[in-house]
Amino acid sequence: MRTYVIKRGLLFIPTLIIVTVLVFGILRIIPGDPALLILGGEEGDDDFTQEQLADLRAKLGTDKPIYVQYMVWVGKMLKGDFGTSYFYEGDQVIDDVLARLPVTVELGLLALVMASGVAIPMGVISAIKQDTIGDYATRVITIAGIALPNFWVAVMTIFFLILFFKWAPPLDYATPWEDPWRNFQQLIFPAFALGTSNMAFIARITRSAMLEVLHEDYIRTARSKGLKEVTVIGRHALRNALLPVVTLTGYEFGRLISGTVIIEVIFLVPGMGRLLITSITQRDFPIIQAIIVLIAVVVLVLNLLLDLTYGWLNPRIRYN
Amino acid sequence: MAQEQGTPEALAGRATGPALPPPPVFVLPPKRTMRQHLLFFVTRKPLGAFGASVAFVLVLVAVFARLIANHDPFDTSVHAIWIAPGAEYYLGGDNLGRDVFSRLVYGARISLFVGIVASFVGCTIGMAVGVASVHFGGKTDLIVQRFIDALIAFPTLILAIAIMAALGASLLNVVIALSIVYVPSTARIMRAQFLAIKEMDYVLSARAAGAGAGRIMMKHMIPNAFSLYLVIFTFHLGGAIIAEASLSFLGVGTPIDVPSWGGMLSGATSQYIGLAPWLAVFPGLAIALVVFSWNVLGDALRDVLDPRLRGTN
Repeated sequence: MRTYVIKRGLLFIPTLIIVTVLVFGILRIIPGDPALLILGGEEGDDDFTQEQLADLRAKLGTDKPIYVQYMVWVGKMLKGDFGTSYFYEGDQVIDDVLARLPVTVELGLLALVMASGVAIPMGVISAIKQDTIGDYATRVITIAGIALPNFWVAVMTIFFLILFFKWAPPLDYATPWEDPWRNFQQLIFPAFALGTSNMAFIARITRSAMLEVLHEDYIRTARSKGLKEVTVIGRHALRNALLPVVTLTGYEFGRLISGTVIIEVIFLVPGMGRLLITSITQRDFPIIQAIIVLIAVVVLVLNLLLDLTYGWLNPRIRYN
Repeated sequence: MAQEQGTPEALAGRATGPALPPPPVFVLPPKRTMRQHLLFFVTRKPLGAFGASVAFVLVLVAVFARLIANHDPFDTSVHAIWIAPGAEYYLGGDNLGRDVFSRLVYGARISLFVGIVASFVGCTIGMAVGVASVHFGGKTDLIVQRFIDALIAFPTLILAIAIMAALGASLLNVVIALSIVYVPSTARIMRAQFLAIKEMDYVLSARAAGAGAGRIMMKHMIPNAFSLYLVIFTFHLGGAIIAEASLSFLGVGTPIDVPSWGGMLSGATSQYIGLAPWLAVFPGLAIALVVFSWNVLGDALRDVLDPRLRGTN
């Protein structure tokens, strides 16, 4: 186990460095000169002098060679300084992002809880009643759930809410500490729309994991001991089948994050995803950079933790 | 989605699993005619056949868009603003008075174009990276795989959004962004397949016969991984259609006036959904139906082409 941890850890560091280089390359080099971008204003047609341009370049540090700029950028990030917004003078990017992060996390967790609550029983029943109409229906629903774009599910959710409940998107957002009930009301529908594809995915893997486990010898043993079917399924089969379900769902975190971007835009949830999209329309690159780096690093760390947990629980993995 | 496909990753997990037992000896079935092949596919894989027919219809619609659409997709008409579906405007008119049906028909071109080109370019580069990484092995493999790790750390849509942010919104940039996005996952899955192929006797004998790196890769390794390539291509095609729609929906994909299915759902459509639901219902159904079809087609192709992967979901 120790060699496995060391091996995985050693592979993690270069990957992390490459991630930052990629973000820097995509969002700092391709878009061109940030000084021109700022002086041009949001519309890109403001007037400025060459002197102003040189001054701003010096202030931003973009007059230095590109590798120096990269090192400075990474060095500052390590100290928690993600720079300032291009257009809102003195606005620390890290404050903007941290203010919205809890909202996105809450939305994601709520979606996952709702999705697993429906999907795991669905997958289990589908596996027990394999090749019946119920199983076939579950399989069609899960493929459809993956095919339905979540923004369409979201738009349709809003449509039915308006049709039946005269619902209107909330104008201001309440944190769970201020007003838990209002917060729940605001996030429950976005979480539903966000969770549909995860629900489909979880149901699908629960079904295949259950099918695999149900053919194991210890299930036959449990049955021949005369245990009740409920105990066999719940205690012996489901417990063992849940391990791959939990880890694979963890690896799906990236898809969940992609989903929050879309859902937050549609339901006007003031989270990180909505900040990302507004920053793109304003071409406010420090904010975009910070959010993208944050997401990639979180995914990397999560994958590392999942790999280690999996290796710890399942020794066969370590020697692969 | 948004929408990375769960399935190719499932394939990857499968392909890196423990070594398979030696295949049993098969008695070759009698040769079938084309019609028998087709009949076999339709009866054994009804969902797959359904997917194939929808995909075929989509191609027809995209090719003959000019004949099928009864209006110019860009034409605005005062009479058609917010008009409900009817005889003249089959699926109604949008907020600018454009015909929804015609835009939907022309939108098939955008979806299919982006899907095919992005998936083809992404999968082909991914396969090339995979085969080279395996063939040269050692340090090359180690370094290339770290790049793949880094790229995979970005969720598909987030990476696409980042590239679109840098390049700016246009149809070509959507294709570029999505092509890049599908390289790492393809490379990872193909690599696992090539690792197995590399150990095959025919690769060894080719090397013994003095074949060079290029010949071994092009003539021996790649052709033997073609069925997996086809399966991944199909899944990514469906994924790319959703991704394009998502990007356009968010306003960072194709420019606003281009009749793209995702773009048709954004802006006024979702704001006034209570007033004119048909504007949102039909493009959404089109996306869902097409992606569903490509996914079930991919499932069926995988089962038929690569029996070892059967029952993975």
